[in-house]
Amino acid sequence: MELDASTLPALARGCAILGAGGGGDTEIGLLASLQAVEDHGPVPLVDLDELDDEALIMPCGGVGAPTVSIEKIESGDEGGRLREMVETLWNRRVVALMSAEIGGSNGIIPVVWAARIGLPVVDADGMGRAFPEIPQVTMEIAGISPNPAVMTDERGNVIVFRATDGDWMERMERAAAVEFGGMSWSSEYQLTVGEAKAGAVVNHAVSLAIRLGTVVAQAEHDPVEALAREIHAARLIVGKIVDVERRTTAGFVRGSATIEGLDADAGRTLRLEIQNENLVALERKRALAMVPDIITVLDSESANAISTERLRYGQRVTVIAFPCDPIWRTARGLELAGPRHFGYDLDYAPVEDLHALA
Amino acid sequence: MPSPDLRLGVDVGGTNTDAVVLDADDRLLAKAKVPTTPDVTRGIEAALAGVVERVDRARITHAMFGTTHATNAVLERRGLRRVGVLRLGGPATRAIRPLFGWPADLREAVSAGERIVHGGIEFDGRELSPLDAEAVARFAGEVAGRADAIAIASVFAPVSDEHERAAEEIVRKELGDLPISLSSQIGSLGLLERENATVLNASLIDVARGVTSAIAGALEGNGLRPVTFFAQNDGTLMDLEFAIRFPVLTIGSGPANSIRGAAYLTGRTDAIVVDVGGTSTDVGVLVRGFPRESSFGVEIGGIRTNFRMPDLVTIALGGGTIVTEDALGPESVGYRILEEALVFGGSTPTLTDAGAAAQRFELGDRSALGHHGPLLAAAIARSDATLADAIDRVKTSREAVTLVAVGGGAPLVPEDLAGTSEVLRPDHSDVANAIGAAIASVSGEVDRVFHPGAAGREAAIAEASSEAIERAVSAGAARDSVEVVEIEEVPLAYLTDPAVRIRVKAGGPLAWG
Repeated sequence: MELDASTLPALARGCAILGAGGGGDTEIGLLASLQAVEDHGPVPLVDLDELDDEALIMPCGGVGAPTVSIEKIESGDEGGRLREMVETLWNRRVVALMSAEIGGSNGIIPVVWAARIGLPVVDADGMGRAFPEIPQVTMEIAGISPNPAVMTDERGNVIVFRATDGDWMERMERAAAVEFGGMSWSSEYQLTVGEAKAGAVVNHAVSLAIRLGTVVAQAEHDPVEALAREIHAARLIVGKIVDVERRTTAGFVRGSATIEGLDADAGRTLRLEIQNENLVALERKRALAMVPDIITVLDSESANAISTERLRYGQRVTVIAFPCDPIWRTARGLELAGPRHFGYDLDYAPVEDLHALA
Repeated sequence: MPSPDLRLGVDVGGTNTDAVVLDADDRLLAKAKVPTTPDVTRGIEAALAGVVERVDRARITHAMFGTTHATNAVLERRGLRRVGVLRLGGPATRAIRPLFGWPADLREAVSAGERIVHGGIEFDGRELSPLDAEAVARFAGEVAGRADAIAIASVFAPVSDEHERAAEEIVRKELGDLPISLSSQIGSLGLLERENATVLNASLIDVARGVTSAIAGALEGNGLRPVTFFAQNDGTLMDLEFAIRFPVLTIGSGPANSIRGAAYLTGRTDAIVVDVGGTSTDVGVLVRGFPRESSFGVEIGGIRTNFRMPDLVTIALGGGTIVTEDALGPESVGYRILEEALVFGGSTPTLTDAGAAAQRFELGDRSALGHHGPLLAAAIARSDATLADAIDRVKTSREAVTLVAVGGGAPLVPEDLAGTSEVLRPDHSDVANAIGAAIASVSGEVDRVFHPGAAGREAAIAEASSEAIERAVSAGAARDSVEVVEIEEVPLAYLTDPAVRIRVKAGGPLAWG
């Protein structure tokens, strides 16, 4: 498959749905990728099976605040700079770029860079959704080292990090991203195709995103229904946003959104807890769904996913939840990205145990 | 002597100009509908003459104007100034050029050149990069003679307009008194949408000047000296001077007015409202008496902006829409309908002719349709399907809904349309827009960065709210009925001292006496 003007809009829609509200505005990524393929030609989407086991894959994406990324758009040269430094540090060629995070803008950004430097994008990612922290990737669970990490900004500054573990990488990169103006671009957890095939990545994440985007775009009557069926999602509430609160603590935008039910859900109130992504859906203090399962707010009519920074009073929304990649439900996965990791006193319960899924 | 208590509502559309006079109890005292004229003024004059002769003109104290001129100018690429587009954000933002993704013909009509130069602001007010003053001057020099206006958009202009102001000064030195639009005065966060809106604003200056001077002339010609307001995006009012500087804010006022007018005319609070004009048709939703607002940035002529507007589907279909063998529009004969349409003795098949052939209109000379029968039948079927599709797109549920058809082209809407339970065509629906303008409220807005500190978020919102209410009152709203209608807060991430950008809008009906 090729990533071009005919497939990129579906990819962008799908990335927004998989983003659980995070990962940045996909519209920006979509426009940037459309410009890149217009200027440099389409990007091949390759399967892991098409690549040599010894070949090196470069996971990459943006690190920063969603509110910043809708203003300070990338220059487009960041990926080329990352590749150059990664190849220097590994003394090997990079054969393909991989989205570290399929959710949100980060699912598309590698396409922008791949078009410009003439490399393919591999049909996989490191999350199967969006998460806020650097070590919250499947490569970390598989024991791949985050080192050496490379970060750059739009001006041309480059930093190489060697951290004692993923948490330190997060602390150092976050500090640097703040200094760079709230948004920066990086690669960590570079790996071989063999390691990726052995389960260190979420395989076929890019084609899944394209499929979801296509289902929504081509739904004849009710795109929300069509999507829920395709992805086996629970519909948590159909309603209207009545309050959105956002605050910034320790470098992350935290907050909550309150949704009042409409029609069949009249009288119900759902509270979404947010830390860049939608993390927990609560009704009368009872959790209806929780991280690492994917909670996404959809526009009730179009089934377009609404990112956390675009949630606004009055929007008519449907909140859906669907299962994460099974690797996140392992003990190490839940330790890295379960509800307790984010400070909620909740034992993880899979969304399919809480609801009958579509 | 009777007290001064009447207000005039006027809607200047691409095809017709409508006027109404309402009293203090919102009773309709007079209405008139005349074709919009090429010079605009004579049409407004005629519409005003049609209503003021039936009331005591000395009692008219306020005039509210709504116009789709700006929207139509964009849709039809007409009367647009050529704009030099300057973005301050390099080396960032290059991954998406200014105007990337615009329809090619609109970009051609509007752009006199685009440039990204070093500059811009970070989220916390620092410089993204120093403003490249030389590059700004060079760009101004290059577009001199080609550009009739300049649009300047800086990264994070809502946090600080410093670079935009500095660039404005440089451009002013190079190009004299060319109109310059700054993004910091127009939109909120979201660089591309704000930049798009700024470019549209700059390109619409002549359209706005034309309409406002036509209005001033027409009021004077009828011996009227009311306080004059313009309806904006959200259906609230702004003064005339403001409208000239920010014409893009009048985009979307037509639909807001017609939806409010439809509520007034039917007494319904929930319905889908179809406003069929001469050039385009807007399909919107009336929820509890007010237009439902869009949850995403609104598209105008294929361009994303970040305006909150009535949630609409706009289709290029109206009474003046030109019918050909293989297409229905988007070209329209507009105000020339009375000369061009077949039923009026013209030679251009239009949707009005198709409506007449289908017995939906009782007007003109049906025998003039002659051999165009099959063409017109195909056109009306196509029009019905397009309408049904548009209605389906704005619906929130599959349930059949009440449809209110307003506007001069309302008869084009069939009695029986898929997805509707009833189709209402209230009396005076042909002037719903003008009525909506006349009953529009006044708003006040606050949009700035607060440092909530110890007092917390609620205190900051309360402070912003009371400021917005005061602004609405000083703009003319009745104090006892002003309400906060919209609150938006966006935190500026990564700050040790938390800062949040709060936007509050308050609105209420005009105070009388």
